[in-house]
Formats: sequence, C-alpha cells, structure tokens
Amino acid sequence: MSTNTAELLKGAAELFPDEVVTQAHVRHLELPGAVGRFALITLDNGFDHTKPTTFGPASLANLNAAIDQVEKEAREGEIVGVGLTGKPFIFAVGADLKGVELLKKHEDALAIGQGGHAVFRRLADLAVPTFAYYNGAAMGGGVEVGLHCTYRTVSQAVPAFGLPEVFLGLVPGWGGCALLPNLIGADRAVSVIVENSLNQNKLLKGPQVYELGIADALFEGADFLEQSLRWTAAVLKGEIEVVRPEVDRDEAWDQAVARGKQIADDKVHGAAPAAYRALDIVAAAKSGDLRAGFDAEDRALADLIMGGELRSGIYAFNLVQKRAKRPAGAPDKSLARPVTKVGVVGAGLMASQLAMLFARRLEVPVVLTDIDQERVDKGVGYVHEEIDKLLLKGRVNQDKANRLKALVTGSLDKATAFADADFVIEAVFEEMSLKQKIFAEVEAVVPEHAILATNTSSLSITEMSSKLKHPERVVGFHFFNPVAILPLLEIVRAERTDDASLATAFSVAKSLKKTAVLVKDAPAFVVNRVLTRFLGEVLRSIDEGTPVDVADRALAPLGLPMSPIVLLELVGPAVAHHVSGTLHSAFPDRFGVSENLGRVVEAGKRNLYVPGSAKPELDPEVEALFQTGDVQLTEEQVRERALDAIAQEVRLMLDEGVVAEAQDIDLCLITGAGWPFHLGGITPYLDREGVSERATGRRFLEPGVASVPA
Amino acid sequence: MPRTARDVVFVDGVRTPFGKAGPKGIYHETRADDLVVKCIRELLRRNPDLPPERIDEVAVAATTQIGDQGLTLGRTAGILAGLPNTVPGYSIDRMCAGAMTAVTSTAGSISFGAYDVVLAGGVEHMGRHPMGEAVDPNPRFVSEKLVDQSALFMGMTAENLHDRFPHLTKQRADEYAVNSQEKAAKAYANGKIQQDLVPVSIRRTNDEAGETGWGLATQDEPMRPGTTLESLAGLKTPFRPHGRVTPGNAAGLNDGATASLIAAEDFAQEMGLPVRMRLVSYAFAGVEPEVMGVGPVPSTQKALAKAGLSIDDIGLFEVNEAFAVQVLALLDHYGIADDDPRVNQYGGAIAYGHPLASSGVRLMTQLARQFEEQPHVRYGLTTMCVGFGMGGTVIWENPNWSEGAGK
Repeated sequence: MSTNTAELLKGAAELFPDEVVTQAHVRHLELPGAVGRFALITLDNGFDHTKPTTFGPASLANLNAAIDQVEKEAREGEIVGVGLTGKPFIFAVGADLKGVELLKKHEDALAIGQGGHAVFRRLADLAVPTFAYYNGAAMGGGVEVGLHCTYRTVSQAVPAFGLPEVFLGLVPGWGGCALLPNLIGADRAVSVIVENSLNQNKLLKGPQVYELGIADALFEGADFLEQSLRWTAAVLKGEIEVVRPEVDRDEAWDQAVARGKQIADDKVHGAAPAAYRALDIVAAAKSGDLRAGFDAEDRALADLIMGGELRSGIYAFNLVQKRAKRPAGAPDKSLARPVTKVGVVGAGLMASQLAMLFARRLEVPVVLTDIDQERVDKGVGYVHEEIDKLLLKGRVNQDKANRLKALVTGSLDKATAFADADFVIEAVFEEMSLKQKIFAEVEAVVPEHAILATNTSSLSITEMSSKLKHPERVVGFHFFNPVAILPLLEIVRAERTDDASLATAFSVAKSLKKTAVLVKDAPAFVVNRVLTRFLGEVLRSIDEGTPVDVADRALAPLGLPMSPIVLLELVGPAVAHHVSGTLHSAFPDRFGVSENLGRVVEAGKRNLYVPGSAKPELDPEVEALFQTGDVQLTEEQVRERALDAIAQEVRLMLDEGVVAEAQDIDLCLITGAGWPFHLGGITPYLDREGVSERATGRRFLEPGVASVPA
Repeated sequence: MPRTARDVVFVDGVRTPFGKAGPKGIYHETRADDLVVKCIRELLRRNPDLPPERIDEVAVAATTQIGDQGLTLGRTAGILAGLPNTVPGYSIDRMCAGAMTAVTSTAGSISFGAYDVVLAGGVEHMGRHPMGEAVDPNPRFVSEKLVDQSALFMGMTAENLHDRFPHLTKQRADEYAVNSQEKAAKAYANGKIQQDLVPVSIRRTNDEAGETGWGLATQDEPMRPGTTLESLAGLKTPFRPHGRVTPGNAAGLNDGATASLIAAEDFAQEMGLPVRMRLVSYAFAGVEPEVMGVGPVPSTQKALAKAGLSIDDIGLFEVNEAFAVQVLALLDHYGIADDDPRVNQYGGAIAYGHPLASSGVRLMTQLARQFEEQPHVRYGLTTMCVGFGMGGTVIWENPNWSEGAGK
C-alpha cells in the first residue's frame, strides 16, 4: 500500500516542482504518568506562521514516510500511540492550490485525491490509537488529516478552522465529506462543509470545533500540547473514556442534505457544481461505507479540478487575497501624506456612513458639514447611533465608543472645521456645478497639502477639479453601498491628480480596510458601467416586448447574487436611471435609457415587483406604466445579448485603459457587486463560455489563467 | 491600628524539568517566560480551591532580566498564564537566590497583612541568557579594589573557597558529587521528584540536536546517574589550571523555572489549601564576594538566631549545590559529616541542575516532600550561596510534626 502510494505521489510531485514542501518530523517522547513511549509527528514547512503549512504531493510523501516509520514501531509494540500536530500557530491549511492550478489531466487530478486518501487513511489503520492535536489554523486537508485519527483535541486559541473547499469550487475530498457527517452528524457537517463555506467562507474558532463534536477535548492555548498529551495518556490508560453522541441516520440525515441543497440554491442558484457534489457524497455517507465515500470524493475532486468553476474560484481567491493587497498602478506608498483629520461635506446618509467608517478605521477627528444645523445634527446623530450599536454587540468597549463618538463632530463653518483637515471628501447630490462650487469653497479654507476627494459615482472628476487652483490634489473615492459591507473602493485618478495625492488615497483606503482598485476618470468607472450596460440590455429586451419574468430569469445560470430586476430595486430605479443617463450621454450607441424605467421613476415607484411576494410578481401599477413592443426573446437570447454586451464593454474598458488589466475588472465585480467566485468575477466565465471570442474576437485571459492550462 | 503578624505557609511548589543550556538542550527553542507560565498554570490546576482572582501578587525572579526574562516578568507571565488582569506582578533579582527572595519578600508582606496568597518563583534560561550577559560592572570595583577580579566568575570563587579551606579537598568534593548523583537517581526511581514536575512541550528544529518536531520534557536533562569517582577524576578544571572545581563537582549551566504558592496560614485553612511547611525565619547575609560560596554560613547563623534555634534543632537540610565545596564549607562549619543523611536526601543541583534564579523554590518543594515523609522532623532549612558574596537561609517547620513520631 505505502509503496504504491509513494509511487503515485512521486509522479504527482514531478508535476509540481515549486512546491513548498512540508516535513513530517517524527519525535518520540514519554507520555506523563509512565504510560509509555509515544510518537509525535509535527507538520512543518520550515517557515514561520506567515507561510502556513500546506499539503502538496511531496509533502504527502513526507507524511507517508513518517507513517511508514510509526506503523512499524506500532506493529512491533515500541509505541503506545501516535500524535499529529503543527508548527506554532498553524496545524495545516490543506492542499497547496498552486499545485492544483498546474494540473492539466483528469488522471493527474484523480491522483491528487487518491494520494491524499491513501496517506491519511493509514492513520486510521495503525495498530495503535492516533491523536490529532489541532494547535492552530486548520483548513481543508489540514482538518481532514485529523478526521482520520482516532481522537482529536483542539486549542481554544485556534483562530480559523474550516473546510473552505466549496467556497473555492472543490469538495472536501480527502475524507471530509465522508468522515465528517459520520462523526458529528449530517446536519452539523452540512453547516461546516456547505453553509459556512458559502457564507463568505466563514471559519470556526477552537471552542466551536469542540462544541460541534469535531474535537473530543478543548484546551487553552497556553499549554495546549502539554494538556493534550496528558489527556492522551489518560485516554490510553482508560482513565478517560471518549463518548461521542450517536449520529442520527434516519430522516434527519436526508433533511440535512435537503437543507444544504436549499442553501446552495440560495447562494449559487445551481450555477456552480461544488456544493452539490459535496452534498451528494454527504448523502451517500449515510450508509457509513467510507471506502465508497472516499472513491466518490476522488471522482468529484478530479471532475471539479478539471472544471472552469474551480479554476475561476482559485483565480478569484488570488485576486482578493493577493492582488487586492497590492493594487495595480498605485504609486510608491512612501509618497503618501499622513491624514490626521478628515472633513466630510454633506451630512446625508452616505456622508454619515463615510464619517462612521473614517472615524472607526482611521481614529482621527472627522467633521461633518452641511447647510443647516438640523442636517448636521442628524448626521452626527446617525454616527453616534451606529457606535452605540457596535457597543451593544460588544464589537467595541465603552472606552472605544467614547473615543469614537468624541471624534465625530458637526459644523456649519467649513472655514474653521476644515482649516486643519488633511483629507476632505464630499458626498453631496450628484450635480457637477454643486460639486465644483463645494470644492472651490473647500479649497479656499483647507491647508495646502489637503486631499480633496469625491464620492461621485458617475461624474467626471477632471471636470469637477478643473476650476481649482490645485486640481492635482483631487481624487475620486467611490464607495459602494452599504459602505460597511462591500469591500470595494474605486480610486479614480483624474487627468491632473499627482502621485502624492494618489498615494495618500491608497494609504487611506488601506487603513479603511477597503479593496482599492485604481481606475481612470471614465464615465461610471468600473462596476456601475458594467452593471448599467448589462441591466440596460435586460431592460431593452423588456422594452422591446420580452416578458419581465423571462428577461429576469435570463441570467440565472450564472448564479449571480440577485436577478437583474432585484438588483435594479436595490440600486433604486432613480439612481439607476440617473447613471444610465450619464452613460447614455457618454456612449449613446451602447447605453440606452429605458423609457419604461423613466416612467417608473416618474411615478415614484421604488419597486417593480410586489414587495414581500414569495415569487417575483410584477406590481400591477408598474405593469400598467409599461409600454412595450412585440419582440419576445427567449431567456437564452436575452442572456446572449446581455453577456455579449458585458464582454464588449469590458473589452472597451480595457482598450480605453480604465483599469490596468482584466483582473482589476474582475476584482471590482467580486468586491463591489458580489459577483461570485465561480465566475471569477466575469472574464473567466466569458472566456470559458466562448462569449469573449464571439463578442470581441479574443479571450480576456490566457488559457491556464482561471482555466485548465493547455 | 493594632497589627498581628500572620503565620506564613508554603502551600505547593512545582517546577519544569531542568534542561542543559545550549544549542542541544531541551529548551533551546523554548522561551523563558513560557517556562514560568507552565509552572503557574500547573499550580492553579493542582489547587482548584484557590480562585485565581484571590492571588495578591506574582513575584518572579530572574538574574538576567532582559528579552524573554525582562518586561516585569511577574506581571507579563501572569497575563500569559491567564490570571485575571486584577492580579499584579513584579520581578525580583538576587541572582541565585532569586526565587528564594521572591518567597521571603512576599512572605514578609503576607505576615505584615498586605497579601493573603501569592505566587512566587523564578526562572533562568542560561542558554538564552548566559551568565554575565550585558553586565556593565562599575570600574571602581577594580580600581579601588572593592572586590577581587575573580568575584564575578563563580567558578573562580569556588576555587578560592578551596584555598580558604584546604582540608576541603577535590577528593571530598568529588565524593560529595557522586553521592548527590546517586541520591538523585534513587529519588527518581522512587518517584519523589516527578510528582512536582510540570511537563513542558519543547520544539526542536535543529536536527543536529536530535529528533526534530514537538516533544515533551518530563524529566531533568542534566542528571548523570552512574557517575563514579573515576569518571570525575579526569575532568578538566576550567577555572584554574590544576584546580579543583570541575563540571562534575559543580552544577551545570541550565534552563528551568519554578513556582510556589505562599499563603497566610489562616487564609490557607479558610480556602482548604494544603499546608506543607510553615515559615519560621529567614535571613540573608553578605561575605567577601570572592568567596561567595561561604555565604550560607552567616545567613544560617542569622536565621537560627532569629528563630531561637540551634543547628541541632534542624532535622533536614536542602542546600543548593552550586559547587560541592560550597556545601562542604557549610557542613564543615557546623561539624556535619559530608554524607550526613539529613542533608539533600534527594540529591541536589549537581545532579538536577541549577537554573540560577529558579533554584530556591526547588529546595523548598523537595523539603516539603521530605517533611511529609518524616513527621519526626520538626525543623528544616533551605539555604544557598549567592553571587557577589551572599547567602540566604530559610527555616521551615514541618506541619506534620508530632513529637512521638518515630523514624
């Protein structure tokens, strides 16, 4: 068995020469209480905790070799047990995704699944009990290797524990799908494997791992390993009996799987296979036949690894984990100036949200100004209420709440309020002349070095700054609603913006914990331009005569977070109409203005569907307003039209240099519109569905980037 | 306000296994503060009747108070051990008598009424903090001949002690050392020591030092059971050519930590905490720094005088074995035989090691166990020599003592 496994892993390792190899150190120790000699395996890639331990093929081969050693010792009666733990702060964080990206053939992908199973399963087949000590972060294969052990302990200090495979587009395929429901029951397993994963990859902390029954014992971080080993000694001596609750194999199991399917439908709408494949294996695991479960995991892994959804998922993961931290085109950060006080012009809802964000993240004084005291008071009041909510939820303590509240003040006197501000952002009504006037007023009172920022979503920043003495210090700072939730911040460089101002903007964005993407001063920047173009095509189909429900269902196969009409309602018909007007004047041949939408706005309707109705149901009043043609398209035709339009628009944006690369557009759509990982934002999907070639004559990304390499 | 001195008791003591300092030692990759943390947590686990918030002080000694032994270790180790923020802490330094001083200082405060119960202990990671690290002696010591140049080097002071007492020969020192190793091996075989050791997880990444990965320290690393006079005879005398002090008749360079719970007797009774020893008296005394090893003589005289006892009243001795000759100097002064069975029954630092500021509590923990076994003994003492010419002695009463108890 181990020889075959070694061969299999050797072949796999040749495909992945750059693997950061994890060692599996075997060290022997005497268990407390004269229980006997014990072999402890430490997984360690030789780096500190900033480079977590992973499992590539050579790493698995090392663990395999370590198990060869302890298996022999166990057989010959030299040891009483085997433990497995990690380097400080890290247990193991699973498969090395870089190796997965390189795989080109189904059989090679199959070998990865089989290799992991072959090695991990040996921990269950030793002649002595095995113990996993989850000392630190454990994810994916890291969690799974422990599931094969006889017993598990977990540290209270573990900050992150989970099975993020489905989040990326995989299944927990080294035993997770088959073993976890058999250990903790199907319902809890579905929560860990599907629900948490699809809930923005929510991870567990040590105590939850214990409460869920994944670990048999929980110990504090200060002497976790010592206490785990004492516990081990007590278990081996029979002083502690590990009792786990009986798993319910009746209807509860099927209900759990059904619940998982519902969660998957709500999140990905059937558009990404991973959650469904995982649930199929969980469903089959009810029989308790682990061998069959492991085989199903191998097949699912191989199929998914060879599929575009996973490749897009890894691509998207790398965008938000890596590219987001090093924004393309950002100037040298040493040019950034310190920001010790912030001014906000306007005290409406958006302005108040911004004041809250700046105060909380920068922890510097923030002054809101507006045209009358009532508005100012309302804005400050909003922020204070939000801080109280944080206090109630325990997110900040009383001292911090006091500090934050004291930071946010209001004023009617810009000259005094902004005299020592380093950064002033305006969030007033979207009207060019108003914004120009405000910038002129602000420029007259702020210090020389102050940055003037605008939260405009569609106006030209170059034009907005054209009448200033120092237009070089103006930047666009476009947030997405709700500001506290959506990570994206489009940072707009106007024609005359200088590097120092831009560097300061990026530095502020980082402090605000936002994903900053540099965009050119082009109409509606990135996210609104893509969304408006695509919504425009859907609305045009409706205007021409396609029934609303057909048009609205057209994009369902993509698994977007919401349908076009629901998105329109979220944005608000009036705002959507305004932005489409802006884009129409910039690009009249591509961006139409829907007359029906105009009528909806004019009628003051905020929704197209009947609010609260179980199924989408067009509001009869809206229906009465609609005047449509008689061209009825099918869902497929609407989808083709919308996708072609997106591809065309993205290509034009890249050609215009709105952003540096297609990757930035994808990053914007993921973090600003919540577009899913399995689409990779959008360009990987457009490439793999052939839309890019059809609409623009070429792909956006080279084969192998967000797709299986050629 | 009227004030009554309270009786102070030793409730419990633990220590880490001691390690050899240096790149191959078991604690080479383990922080000193973590060693203290393991001891504190073990004491709390062993004494669940003591609510942690009742602890009034954490006094932790270290000789070299920098890096992981700095930052007001008593406070930081308390936080790291999970004690409530309300429990204060501080650091103590009297070189080798650090932990002993942690006990006596807090005991004085308990007696005064300032505390009910404290944690007192010490640590020395001589691998991470070699003796003399970053010291900066005032040049006047030499220019004004305040101390001999040898005073800073403990091995040289031990050679000086052989000079002062020529009848304390290398042969006697070696015999004493062999005996210490034998007694320690026997104590281990009888499980006397392990019961007060807290296991410590130890990481090793250097494969030249042995198996790599995480391991567990469960016993003292420096011990050399089976040591013979012959094996000691050939050892080098690193402090003086043709000298008498060798690595075999001295404690080594070691890493380790100790901790104890010290309480007012009334408080211990109220909380149901064990009373293992009752403090009778303590004293510190100074001698010429170049013969620091004789320090325990005047400190013992002083402590006995304060207690109104004579040396004949002392039934058990725990003498730190920094150097065999230093133990012999004390015994010789009182006319006690080199191999008197009342002295260091479980062996001493020559076998277990001497992580400087931690050792004082090891002596107490061992004396407490001997008290348990020997109710016929009423009084015992713990004593040790201290760098720069000092000695410290603490006299304890056995709460298990009963006049009629047989041997």
